[in-house]
Amino acid sequence: MLHRVFAIVVALLALAPAAYADVRSDAKAQVEFGIKAAQNELWKEATYRWEKATQIDPTYAEAWNNLAIGYEYAGRFEDAEMAYQRALKLDPNNTMIRQNYDQFKEIDDRSKRRRDR
Amino acid sequence: MQPANQNRSRLGRSFAVLALFGVTAACTNFYEVPIETPIQAKLDVSAFRRVLVAGFISGGTDDVDANMETVRLLRSQLRTKTNLRVIEAEVLPLTELANEQSRANASQPASAPVAADGAVMAPVPSLPQPASPASTGQPGEDTKKPDTPGAIRSKRDLERYERIFADAAFWKKLGEEYESPLIITGTVMFTPQQSAGWVNQNREQYDQLGRRIVVPTRTYMERKGFVLEPKFVFIDGRTGATLYSETQRREVLYPSTQSTPALASYFELMDQLIPDFLGALSTQRIRGSRILLR
Repeated sequence: MLHRVFAIVVALLALAPAAYADVRSDAKAQVEFGIKAAQNELWKEATYRWEKATQIDPTYAEAWNNLAIGYEYAGRFEDAEMAYQRALKLDPNNTMIRQNYDQFKEIDDRSKRRRDR
Repeated sequence: MQPANQNRSRLGRSFAVLALFGVTAACTNFYEVPIETPIQAKLDVSAFRRVLVAGFISGGTDDVDANMETVRLLRSQLRTKTNLRVIEAEVLPLTELANEQSRANASQPASAPVAADGAVMAPVPSLPQPASPASTGQPGEDTKKPDTPGAIRSKRDLERYERIFADAAFWKKLGEEYESPLIITGTVMFTPQQSAGWVNQNREQYDQLGRRIVVPTRTYMERKGFVLEPKFVFIDGRTGATLYSETQRREVLYPSTQSTPALASYFELMDQLIPDFLGALSTQRIRGSRILLR
């Protein structure tokens, strides 16, 4: 009995990375499609793809970064802030995400200052 | 034998280049894209299809007709940068109108202006003649032109005229003449200024090896320039009520040896203000770039 349980646990552990790889590759496909759409200025489509990617794999920092940019383009600053925060939480040392976030923050602060004036 | 070796090495090199290209393409994990981030307008003007830049109460130097120039500039900016139809009408001599109004109020106290909500407002008080020292268009110049009676030279002088913006009946009547547009009016102070003090400057130098270096230095300088302080008032032409107003301030200083015409300074400062002014009426897009990641 113990042997059987052990065998099942081993099998599950062996299969987990494969399943994760599958999830990531599905999300990656959405991200890449989104990038192509954004490069052709189809930002709505791009944002939709990145939303899907983050639903498929919520641990995909790059997808959150792209989604934040999509929200930024649409003027959805609160959603963009949340997506950037998520991306940075997942990958705090990513300088490119940090750079994007800093640029976004500058505009967001400016927009808030204008509203308060 | 040698040509065969050469061919082989050339083929090898081509493969290496191709492989390198393939690896680079596969490893490109980021793409820089241009992006235009929108900043929402401060004012909802969806109810208006037309805009009337009525006129401004202006003061400061006599070298620039700030009322006329501001109206012309704002009209041209609104025409090209917003969807509103700009009404081409005579520029209102607002200072004179405010003067007339206050004179009429002084002689007929019963005809007090009515606010948008129907409440009777206190009449616009009579405008005393300001006795501020005269200033000229050339920044820092000490020449004294004889002051025209009622000339607006300081912000204090200007405050006496500002009650006209609260006169809803006046603006409503004006709005009716032009099919109830959005009315833009306000005040513009354009005054010369002078300052002297220590200024941080960067001086270019070349070291012994001929390399260019920039050395920060502090220099005592006398400078002159202008201050531009407009207050933009946005009025609903249907009711005469003020929808929104904002005051801005920009200044520019030049070395005292430099001679800059007042009109050039006026446009230099207005150029800085225009994006904020337009931002009140229409969504502004800020251009930049972001990095998309794979």
